[in-house]
Amino acid sequence: MSNVPDHLRYRDSHEWFDPQTGAVGITDHAQHELTDVVFVEPPKVAALVNAGDQVAVVESVKAASDIYSPVSGEIIEINDDLASEPALINTDPFGRGWIFKIKISNTAELDGLMDAAAYRQHIA
Amino acid sequence: MKRSPLHEAHMALGARLVPFAGWEMPVQYKGIVDEHKAVRASVGVFDISHMGQFLVEGRDAETFLNRMLTNNISKLAPGQGQYTLLLNERGGVIDDLIAYRLSEREFFLVVNASMIDVDYAWLQKYIGDTEVRLVDISAQTGGLAIQGPKSREVLRAVLGADAVYPERNTILLSTSGEGVLYLCGTGYTGEEGFEFFAPAETTTAWFEKFVSAAQEQGGMPVGLGARDTLRLEMGYPLNGNDLSPEKTPLEAGLGFFVDFDKGEFIGREVLVKQKSEGVVAKLTGFRMTAPSPPPRAHYPVCINGEVIGETCSGGLSPSLAQGIGMAYLPLAFSKPGCALEIVIRDKRYPAETVKKPFYRKPSH
Repeated sequence: MSNVPDHLRYRDSHEWFDPQTGAVGITDHAQHELTDVVFVEPPKVAALVNAGDQVAVVESVKAASDIYSPVSGEIIEINDDLASEPALINTDPFGRGWIFKIKISNTAELDGLMDAAAYRQHIA
Repeated sequence: MKRSPLHEAHMALGARLVPFAGWEMPVQYKGIVDEHKAVRASVGVFDISHMGQFLVEGRDAETFLNRMLTNNISKLAPGQGQYTLLLNERGGVIDDLIAYRLSEREFFLVVNASMIDVDYAWLQKYIGDTEVRLVDISAQTGGLAIQGPKSREVLRAVLGADAVYPERNTILLSTSGEGVLYLCGTGYTGEEGFEFFAPAETTTAWFEKFVSAAQEQGGMPVGLGARDTLRLEMGYPLNGNDLSPEKTPLEAGLGFFVDFDKGEFIGREVLVKQKSEGVVAKLTGFRMTAPSPPPRAHYPVCINGEVIGETCSGGLSPSLAQGIGMAYLPLAFSKPGCALEIVIRDKRYPAETVKKPFYRKPSH
């Protein structure tokens, strides 16, 4: 059974968003589906993005997967550790495997994301 | 979508199933990297039931196959096999396959899953009034590949301590109550190993025995994902990616499997001309020289910003922990050590041409 932390919000394409820190990553369910992440192409810091924009790419041994921004805003930080250790996405998807941080421009967008209970339903 | 006779067994093992060449096949069980490493270090068991098998028999079978295939089938004694190619009239590759001689007038061909119908129709078309009978036994036949340094132990555990291990490029037949078993000393991984074909309805029982024998040796079932990374590390071409009706065996670097001295065969004229004039482009191995996304098929290949080709296979090598791939490149750039750039999502990443195989077994 996949881990789905209660304090996060979720997009149907399996990204998570932390409203406290602005961090974005992919869920435990998604990392399990992708397996063996070998490369992460992060967004550019200071880029302005819209919710639903394709902003990053996570590559596993088998395939490249697009990562979409859960909310609109400005990219304020990327996780440099993933350059040398992309497998952090597999080993700690909600912790050290975060991909980027975004400064949300419209908190009303949070209502468009799923809470943990809804996401658990989504992947059931 | 066709299903392997092992479908239920794959589900029970928690495999992830994907469409491949019209079949629903396991891409992985535990994970591609673990499965890949298990084959290099101990042993893996693959479902290859999707592959095709033909029996070719009759007084003219040998002459017929020598006219249809590039390698010289007359060199095979009963029980021996060879890698060979089926070409179109332009010298392009329809399929690559293994041909075994079972007896004076009987041959066994193992062909790619996606090409079963095409190969069959092509061969059938040329039989004409010769005395050759072509039988496609693919649908009634299941197959397993057992690959890795511990494959001998697995064979003995399943077939008995005195079972004969098929040496490289040989085939052993045995008839059980359930039908004919074909034991072939071949593989697609660069490791020691064998392939095993049996009546489809018996394959699940064999698979379970081979998997549990493999697990005893630290091995595991292995999906198509690792099958691809294993063959890529060896520089083995994959039909549909690295081989195509537009490319000849000489361009693909498979001239070793073309016998020009045996007489006429389909595509020979084009190859003779190409051999005397020299090929323009050649299937060339490359490796990424800086951190990059894994190279995959259909990425542009550049030199000094100019596109000179396109990748046809690629991936991250689990053994080498770096990106590797193959591309048809102009002859001038196909020697090892040429600096290239691979364009991945509009960004250029440095690479260099290298000699195949990419991976060599460490010597002990």
